[in-house]
Amino acid sequence: MTATQPAPTPSAAAQEPILEVRDLHVHFGARRGGRGPVARAVDGVDLQVQPGEIVALAGESGCGKTSLARAILGLVEPTSGEVLYRGKPIGRGTAALKPYRREVQLVLQDPTGALNPRQSVYESVAEGLRIHGVKGDEEALVEEALARSGLRPPRRFFLAYPHELSGGQRQRVVIAGALALEPSMLVADEPVSSLDASVRGEILALLLGLVRDLGLSILVVTHDLGLAWNIADRLAVMYLGRIVEQGPTEAVLAAPRHPYTRALLSVVPEVHHLEHQILAGEPPDPTRVPGGCRFHPRCPALASGEAAQAGVDDRCRNEQVPILRGVAEHHAACFLTDESVKKEGGSRVGT
Amino acid sequence: MTVVLLEVRDLTVSYPAREGAVPAVRGVDLTLEPGDTLGLAGESGCGKSTMAAAVLRLLPPGTRTTGSVLLEGEDVLAMRPGRLRAVRWTEAAIVFQGAMHALNPVRRVGDQIAEAIRLHDKVTDKQAATRVGELLEQVGLPARRAASYPHELSGGQRQRVMIAMALACSPRLLIADEPTTALDVMVQAQVLALLEELGRELGLALLLITHDLSVLAATCERIAVMYAGRIVEEGPAAAVFDAPAHPYTKALAEAFPTIGDRASRRNPHGLGGDPPDPRDLPSGCEFHPRCPVSVAACPTLDLELWPAGEGRRAACVHVRDGNLELVRQATPVPVGEDAPAHPGAAPLDWEPTP
Repeated sequence: MTATQPAPTPSAAAQEPILEVRDLHVHFGARRGGRGPVARAVDGVDLQVQPGEIVALAGESGCGKTSLARAILGLVEPTSGEVLYRGKPIGRGTAALKPYRREVQLVLQDPTGALNPRQSVYESVAEGLRIHGVKGDEEALVEEALARSGLRPPRRFFLAYPHELSGGQRQRVVIAGALALEPSMLVADEPVSSLDASVRGEILALLLGLVRDLGLSILVVTHDLGLAWNIADRLAVMYLGRIVEQGPTEAVLAAPRHPYTRALLSVVPEVHHLEHQILAGEPPDPTRVPGGCRFHPRCPALASGEAAQAGVDDRCRNEQVPILRGVAEHHAACFLTDESVKKEGGSRVGT
Repeated sequence: MTVVLLEVRDLTVSYPAREGAVPAVRGVDLTLEPGDTLGLAGESGCGKSTMAAAVLRLLPPGTRTTGSVLLEGEDVLAMRPGRLRAVRWTEAAIVFQGAMHALNPVRRVGDQIAEAIRLHDKVTDKQAATRVGELLEQVGLPARRAASYPHELSGGQRQRVMIAMALACSPRLLIADEPTTALDVMVQAQVLALLEELGRELGLALLLITHDLSVLAATCERIAVMYAGRIVEEGPAAAVFDAPAHPYTKALAEAFPTIGDRASRRNPHGLGGDPPDPRDLPSGCEFHPRCPVSVAACPTLDLELWPAGEGRRAACVHVRDGNLELVRQATPVPVGEDAPAHPGAAPLDWEPTP
């Protein structure tokens, strides 16, 4: 593990993104000839992660956030579009992806499932080092990775088995396994959702510390907007395969624009600045993405006549909403609430 | 004078183990009047699910239970098996977490609800089908859903089916053990709204169990917080959540940030250490090894629930000594061993609405 790098300053973060997703589509289930139903799990997503930045990708189950994360990791081949790492496409196939997979590490949701119950902590952490043929003192690398993950003294944990550890400690072992390879980026899928409330804060603080001390970038996939508030610099909200709103976390959570984000936020028990708004039903199946704005059948602003009053209801029902570019400013894919979407339309919004 | 619906008195439950009994619940008192909503909070292993199961005597054989569980004045722990069967579902019903595992995957959900009805009422097939339709509509599902198999339903819909099943015999008490844990935020809000509505319309008493204190604060009138098998704080929901009297409650309340609160922005709050091993509990106040405001007296303290304001009690030495301010000012334990709290939140360009 390298020595502490200075945390990037905000101005430095405006340079080349470490990770960029361009017009990504991941479709499942199209049979040969393209006849059967196609699930458009990811249906046109632009996303950027800057060096040293934590980006939260939030949404309900089935919104495509996990498919997007899998495509970013090269675990599923995109139907179209590309994923660029430091400006270069990540490539396809195991051999081409190997160096990339060392740089970008996955941290899974359920540490109990992610660890082999018959492997000691040492073996679990050393496994990645061996797969990638990392040279050097293996024991020292494992020790350092465990210490960085907050398992101290690290040697005490070498011979422990997962069942002897608490949930929080297991998640730290999983994170240590990722850190041992000195990645520049982590993709964390629901890193705290299976942990107890009191442990949650500790793991989130650990992630924040990794960004601060090692300059890591993190893409965290979650359904938990409180997590975004706790750690994320930017927040992207997904609905039915698209990012419907994104921007700096403070802006999105303090003044959400998209009616979906507003509703989602209003039902979080810890939110008091929005009127409680429970949406009926559940998001439709990704094989049947509604035309026009994909949220329009459930949209409270359309149902209440607010959209009609603003004269955009026709567009909501019939016009494709442009894809949001993965950039810094706050935008929502909504004809009613986002001025540039309303004015310009077109296939992309954002500079 | 009305009979109290549920009265749990000095309940202890211990599980058998090779090295001797493991205490899971260690002297709990609870009271629920008809129409009450009580939230029971705590982390995994604190004994809250054991509590729920004990109320209906659903614990595995070999479990040792002492104390009493009075359901409308009758002790569940002393009931004969026949009487117990009658009481389950008709007086008190339980909704478990993980609705996908509690339903039989190869039977239509309507048949499974009808089975619960038939357990207690002699009804014809037609009557049962009508009742199933009513129950499904009561929980917000179309009656035709009776013909669906569990895999054809979403997680939220399955949880609604579980609630319909629990309502089949018109119980007066509904126990819901983590009913929304695996559900999305929006579906969680739907299910909680349904439980609240049912409580109001049917006069059901609700015992809601979850690790998420904020859910309880939004749904229940009263909250009880468990730690290491005991209740460590109880009182009106809003008061307990907004101004905890026990440092453990405070840590739980802060674990989920208030979105918009600057203090928690880029500054997650946690609690050092892990929940105690029930086989090897710390002496005195079980919370003292993790407590940010523990004092010399804590390891030898004889705990009891001391009065902590109107309708409130808490098992903390600072409450006993009238030093509630100490608890209120407790700064959250620095998170991670080498991770000091983030130096100040980033500047915000807006003010959170109070």
